[in-house]
Amino acid sequence: MANYYSDIKEIKFELENSPLMQRIVELKERDFADKDQYDDAPQDFADAMDSYDQVLEVVGDIVGNIVAPNAEAVDAEGPHCEGGRVRYAEKTYENLDAMRKAGLMGVTMPRRYNGLNMPVTVYTAANEIVSAGDAGFENIWSLQDCIETLYCFGNEEQRQKYIPRVCAGETMSMDLTEPDAGSDLQSVMLKATYDEENDCWRLNGSKRFITNGDSDIHLVLARSEAGTRDGRGLSMFIYDKRDGGVDVRRIENKLGIHGSPTCELVYKNAKCELCGDRKLGLIKYVMSLMNGARLGIAAQSVGLSQAAYNEAIAYARDRKQFGKAIIEFPAVAEMISNIKARLDAGRALLYQTARYVDIYKALEDIARDRKLEPEERQELKKYSRLADAFTPLAKGMNSEYANQNGYDCIQIHGGSGFMLEYACQRIYRDARITSIYEGTTQLQTVAAIRYVTTGLYSQVIEEMLNQEVPTECEAYVARLRVMSEKFNACIALVKEAQEATEDAQAKNDIHDLCARHLYEMAGDIIMSLLLLQNAIKAPELFGKSLQVYVNLAEAEVEKHNSLIVRMTKESIDSYRQA
Amino acid sequence: MSLKIVVLAKQVPDTRNVGPDAMTPEGTVNRSALPAIFNPEDLNALEQALRLKEQFPGTTVQVLTMGPGRAAEVIREAMYRGADGGYLLTDRAFAGADTLATSYALATAIKHFCPDVDLIIGGRQAIDGDTAQVGPQVAEKLGLNQITYTEEILSLKDGKITVTRHIDGGVETVESPIPCVLTVNGSAAPCRPRNVKLVMKYKRALAPLELAQGTTYEELPYADQYAKKAYLKIGQLTTADVNADLSQCGLAGSPTKVKNVENIVFKAKESKVLTGSDEDVNGLIQELLASHTIG
Repeated sequence: MANYYSDIKEIKFELENSPLMQRIVELKERDFADKDQYDDAPQDFADAMDSYDQVLEVVGDIVGNIVAPNAEAVDAEGPHCEGGRVRYAEKTYENLDAMRKAGLMGVTMPRRYNGLNMPVTVYTAANEIVSAGDAGFENIWSLQDCIETLYCFGNEEQRQKYIPRVCAGETMSMDLTEPDAGSDLQSVMLKATYDEENDCWRLNGSKRFITNGDSDIHLVLARSEAGTRDGRGLSMFIYDKRDGGVDVRRIENKLGIHGSPTCELVYKNAKCELCGDRKLGLIKYVMSLMNGARLGIAAQSVGLSQAAYNEAIAYARDRKQFGKAIIEFPAVAEMISNIKARLDAGRALLYQTARYVDIYKALEDIARDRKLEPEERQELKKYSRLADAFTPLAKGMNSEYANQNGYDCIQIHGGSGFMLEYACQRIYRDARITSIYEGTTQLQTVAAIRYVTTGLYSQVIEEMLNQEVPTECEAYVARLRVMSEKFNACIALVKEAQEATEDAQAKNDIHDLCARHLYEMAGDIIMSLLLLQNAIKAPELFGKSLQVYVNLAEAEVEKHNSLIVRMTKESIDSYRQA
Repeated sequence: MSLKIVVLAKQVPDTRNVGPDAMTPEGTVNRSALPAIFNPEDLNALEQALRLKEQFPGTTVQVLTMGPGRAAEVIREAMYRGADGGYLLTDRAFAGADTLATSYALATAIKHFCPDVDLIIGGRQAIDGDTAQVGPQVAEKLGLNQITYTEEILSLKDGKITVTRHIDGGVETVESPIPCVLTVNGSAAPCRPRNVKLVMKYKRALAPLELAQGTTYEELPYADQYAKKAYLKIGQLTTADVNADLSQCGLAGSPTKVKNVENIVFKAKESKVLTGSDEDVNGLIQELLASHTIG
């Protein structure tokens, strides 16, 4: 009886071992204001933590006994498009039914809308657990977090109308991408017009690559301002499937995440509601939506890395060659150690990000009801910035790791891994999308690079380096200090290289070419430091990973350093392709 | 229409995951080596009860289990899935009960706490004893109709329940007036998962016997919650509470005596070699039909 939560001690450790958790629970529970009103509300911090643990135990049980065993069949069958509607794979319905009956929808929503009022950190854990069982199903289930955007920007009437429905199990989608508007969402052309006669908005046009596109409640990005061509002409709309008007034209045939239907949608005068203010669709609401979704993909990636590790180690223990289990061969053991190190480091970054998001979101929510105290405003600003800086790091690094881990997992399986009967090939295929959707790694770099140049990452690293550590860990701190110095030197070097040229194009190109390297250096060092903190508290869980990861990170920092040194005005020409 | 439903459930050792130390040298089950679980077919029974509760608002589902203090876990697990509560039937005098004494105890308890019961639903059998006798015996003792091997409840109206039964080679549809006893087959719908809101609501629910010796609810953490929320105190019944006749309880009321237990080692019998000829194949089919192995 596998339990995808309680079998993985590292998840519980991440939930329980941060000094920020107490503050998160206080804020999220508003000093336990619900405790006498709702039977399921916690009485105090310890009670809340116990509830989170028990809820995740249910998630782990459902994933271990329903979602994971169904994954192979769902992957083989996939969804179908019938008469303009999506029909999921048979077992997807079984998964959804279990999640609904368990009450695992609307996890972060307030209790007054029938939600569970759980912090994002706990939801993130649930997300990673579901993904480890079936990353394709995780997509359908986790799109529930679109409701967060409706909660933040919709009016009270819309909240009351839609949030309880999501908590009862209705699914969601975010309809953003169009054939000519992928990474560049400013180019969205789906037309929204105001229907005076019926006092409502109407949508006309099409969308492409919409995950779970036949969902019950859609958030749609559309052009409400006729004649405009940029992001300022876009607004956000809520489309309720009960009103009709949106059909699925086809479902994409994909490399991975087969359980998750990726749809082409046709809007035929579909009735919809404006969500929030006009013209803020892209610049405010979609940015919020994307940040939530990026954290979700980071969690999905960590779940996939966990699955890759599980498959790799089980196979390597079982498979015998030359008279012994292949796990005993250092070349195989090294690959498994690297998977585990990247998994533990990436997970530490994921939860740190989730905690930052929790604090600022909870404070923002409080600010809807009352004016924040000056120190609360400071706190909000601090964590909002940290969340913005860490989200692209967590998404980009973890999705690349999931790919690498899936690759290594197949390698450990040898020829068998290339055959379709082992789970590792599904993990490998499913992982491939994580570094593409919700913003490619290249775009995560764009989002993160300003925190390199403004020195925010350097500052976070410096603070962590200055924390006291036990004597036996001082050697790690010394190594990390050297890495940090290289990182800062590289930032300075890139600035110098830019300043050395008058050519504006060259200035930009140097910056853009070095950005990915600087971004990864920041990630490598921050994850090393987070893993160090974990290993100090729980050496039995993280000691080995710390050693392996810092070895890897040190080599990576060296590599990026060496590349950045060569990115001069003279050499960038070789990186231009016609 | 609202119903009063009692679900019979048993905590059993998980005999599906048996290790080498599953049996004691004396040939009895080594309970400490096997995890205690909710008897699987009792979960199928609970699901049937919960579906009726959804269908008929106001319906109550009470779980009755007999066992030591830790057996209250079964009641909590049922509450996490939607049961209203339940009773732990517990007393030293119940110890060593065979199926007859068990069904006497259960029937007596039901008469005591739910005399106007509409439906009693239990699993077909428990995976430790595999007798399938307790459900039918409870029905006999209460003078109620019984429907065994239940697969699905098709309807319940005008005081009649219509049920499909899983029988050899097919399905049988039967009707009975209520109250009656149903025993549910493992092929029926699986039980729903725990609902996390209910888990959070009931996670502190305890039967008195689960409290450490000499402690009271007032001394537990979150004592105020036990004072405010009656549902956190799981019901507990003894022989005295239900006015049980002690001569019919436990070992005293159990005519079944285990004389001895033998280890059986399965050995391959003599084998037969067949060719692929029609004659040989026909012969084998005839033989298997005659022994009712197929057909």
